[in-house]
Amino acid sequence: MIAFIVRRLIQAVVVTLVVGFIAFGLFHFVGDPVTNMVGQDTTAEEREKIREQLGLNDPFIVQYGRYLGRVARGELGVSYRLGVKVTTVIKERAPATLELALCAALFALCVGVPLGVYTGLHREGLLSRFFLTISLIGVSLPTFLIGILLILVFAVILGWLPSFGRGQVTQLGFWSTGFLTPSGLKAMILPAVTLGLFQLTLIMRLVRSEMLEVLRTDYIKFARARGLTDRAINFGHALKNTLVPVITITGLQIGGIVAFAIITETVFQWPGLGLLFLQAVQFVDIPVMSAYLMLVGIFFVIVNLVVDLLYYVVDPRLRIDRALSGGH
Amino acid sequence: MRHVAGFGVFAAALLAAAGGVAAKEFRFSTSGDILTMDPHSQNEGPTNAMKSNIYEGLVERKWDLSVQPALATAWSQPNPTTWRFTLRQGVKFHDGSPFTADDVVFSFKRNTHKNSDMKNYLSTVEDVRKVDDFTVDYITKGPDPILVQNLTLHFIMSKAWTEKNKTETPVLGSTDETYATRNTNGTGPFRLTERVADTRTTLEPNAGWWGRAEHNLTKATFRPIANPATRVSALLSGEIDMTFPVPLQDVPRVNAAPGVKVLEGPELRTIFLGFDQWRNESLDMKGTGKNPFKDVRVRKAFYQAIDMEAIKRVVMRNASTPTGHMIAPGIQGFDAETNKRAGYDPDAARKLLAEAGYPNGFPVTLDCPNDRYVNDEAICQAVVPMLSRIGIQIKLNAQTKGKHFDKIGKKEDNNTSFYMLGWTPGTYDGHNALVNLISMRGQDVGSWNSGRYTNPKVEDLTQSIAIELDAKKRNDMMREAFTIHKNDFGHLPLHQQALAWGVRDSVADIKQAANDAVYLRYTRMK
Repeated sequence: MIAFIVRRLIQAVVVTLVVGFIAFGLFHFVGDPVTNMVGQDTTAEEREKIREQLGLNDPFIVQYGRYLGRVARGELGVSYRLGVKVTTVIKERAPATLELALCAALFALCVGVPLGVYTGLHREGLLSRFFLTISLIGVSLPTFLIGILLILVFAVILGWLPSFGRGQVTQLGFWSTGFLTPSGLKAMILPAVTLGLFQLTLIMRLVRSEMLEVLRTDYIKFARARGLTDRAINFGHALKNTLVPVITITGLQIGGIVAFAIITETVFQWPGLGLLFLQAVQFVDIPVMSAYLMLVGIFFVIVNLVVDLLYYVVDPRLRIDRALSGGH
Repeated sequence: MRHVAGFGVFAAALLAAAGGVAAKEFRFSTSGDILTMDPHSQNEGPTNAMKSNIYEGLVERKWDLSVQPALATAWSQPNPTTWRFTLRQGVKFHDGSPFTADDVVFSFKRNTHKNSDMKNYLSTVEDVRKVDDFTVDYITKGPDPILVQNLTLHFIMSKAWTEKNKTETPVLGSTDETYATRNTNGTGPFRLTERVADTRTTLEPNAGWWGRAEHNLTKATFRPIANPATRVSALLSGEIDMTFPVPLQDVPRVNAAPGVKVLEGPELRTIFLGFDQWRNESLDMKGTGKNPFKDVRVRKAFYQAIDMEAIKRVVMRNASTPTGHMIAPGIQGFDAETNKRAGYDPDAARKLLAEAGYPNGFPVTLDCPNDRYVNDEAICQAVVPMLSRIGIQIKLNAQTKGKHFDKIGKKEDNNTSFYMLGWTPGTYDGHNALVNLISMRGQDVGSWNSGRYTNPKVEDLTQSIAIELDAKKRNDMMREAFTIHKNDFGHLPLHQQALAWGVRDSVADIKQAANDAVYLRYTRMK
């Protein structure tokens, strides 16, 4: 088990290095950051001096190597756009993104799983058809459009919810949370729904098809014959057996949530890592872009690791297999 | 100090109870955050506008862009290279320390440090000398007719505060951070109370300000919102009181909505097209040994082939002012005669091309940004068929501003034969456009003259204008230089885009400055 985790962590390092390498290779194509860093009246020599000072004239392999050297010492550099240390910026922005991703994932799971079970059990029900139609919208509409539509309805027309920002945040040590104030909670609703909607529909459709599959199996029929309650059959036996694929997909989707947060955060001016990254791309803010990409790489590897570990919790068969193979 | 604050709260409560003085908070938004709070670091329009709410120079620009006294009360010119300023007495910085000549001398040094991006405004100043506590001399390298105008962007910091917080030098671009990046201590009408980058910048009035407040704000909050649709929504839903720019396609919608309106006005930036008149062989005509743009008839043909009224009507939805001048009204040196555009005449254009030896046109690529100016790419897309109609085989190369400016700028050795650019003279003076766009003689001259237009007469005039102290003579010379350039068709001026500010009716009065700056000190809430 420990060997497995260590192996995965080594993989994480390799993934990060590769992501960083590709990222640095691509930075050549996004333009010259110095154009954005100085005013229009700055002379060509001045610009050249800044470029030299930032090491932008070196080949990208050299830049990458130097960057890795700094990262090894725990320095991620200074943002070209904000003039603030990248570690500081990321520490400031990460809570916003993580809270948003958490809410979106919870929303997707807590609504998606029951809806999936319901539509699986009542295949022909009117309500089921309604949910499935709605879910088509969630799958097919792009995130930014859903965001804008929600803003139009709930902020502009109804005036119930704020259209942008995080509301009032409370500082708990380095962690800024929006969970403790009414305005913070209200501000969370629209972005979380926007971000979670796609995942919700995906989970709902997945649970539904798995449920339909499982409900046809013999052990469910035997359970019914034994006279177990519907509740025990549907949730204790059927649902539990659908969970392995659901966990896999959900886990991978959490990575997706963080990645898709770029669009949601831009629409709602959510001060998280996604917005930071998009602005970094527009400004050619290389230190922020590289740190973000490597961070997301690490994040994906960790999510995958957690998903693998969760299999053992959910599916006893895997534990038995492992024990047997260990005994050989 | 705590007592003072306590008293302030008490007094405010008393006032509120007595006169019903409600909190008057002004919330405004634009697409991007300001870059730094350090007054001597970054030179960027919105950033300079925010600085000028907090910091002041010896002189300042009013919302109508006229220059008026600020930290200096009077100035004179004892000899052509000396400007003597009498400083205002009794002024205090936000931390309570007094303002004296030492702060001016210190701020000059900090402002001209090699890391400062604001040093251009003081490039003609040799030294600043303290005469007594409330008199300073600015010694210029040669006669400088526009020094006073440039001093509006020379902000004064407290020497003591800066030394205490170890931020005696500004940082280069945003390569690093100092105390002054996030903290301020100016003499201006507002002080910074909170700064969360990319989220919120909060200002409150400076109770000890020397001037008489024209605003009635108790708080001002700046909140950048990157997405234009969200920004307009936030205005419509009443979460912000003012936003700019309103995208052109949203202007009718905002005007139709209750409680909001769009304030429009011409901006100072002039958008133009430029031609490579330097290379002997055009980049798009490799192997022919020809560069058609060296012929004035070809340049004139391009000028006449572009229907500016159509671009104004269709692309800009009437939110633009077509122009024949390289500088906008409001910039020193502008004159109405030069601004007149020659008419749209594709037949004449075709004839000119034939006369120049290109009856069947020639290939050319138009380099264009797609995220810098209002509808920049759309303007270029409209220009393409207009030039096709006179036989030019034109290709459009539209890309993000970073790439575009690299390509047409010095970085890639002006790698373009036909390009779009926009320019606002940072000094509000026509000489700045002559130096940067229209001439190339001398060091650091012509940094954005990407087509390398040059005319010896214009070069001479540009050099004379730089040192001419007589305002009338200077204006005459500028008119002459711009007229020569116009007759040479050195560039192809298009228009000034319009400012579009979305304002809620919670705002009683707001002054729309032509430089797109929000001057909080003139803003009143209902």
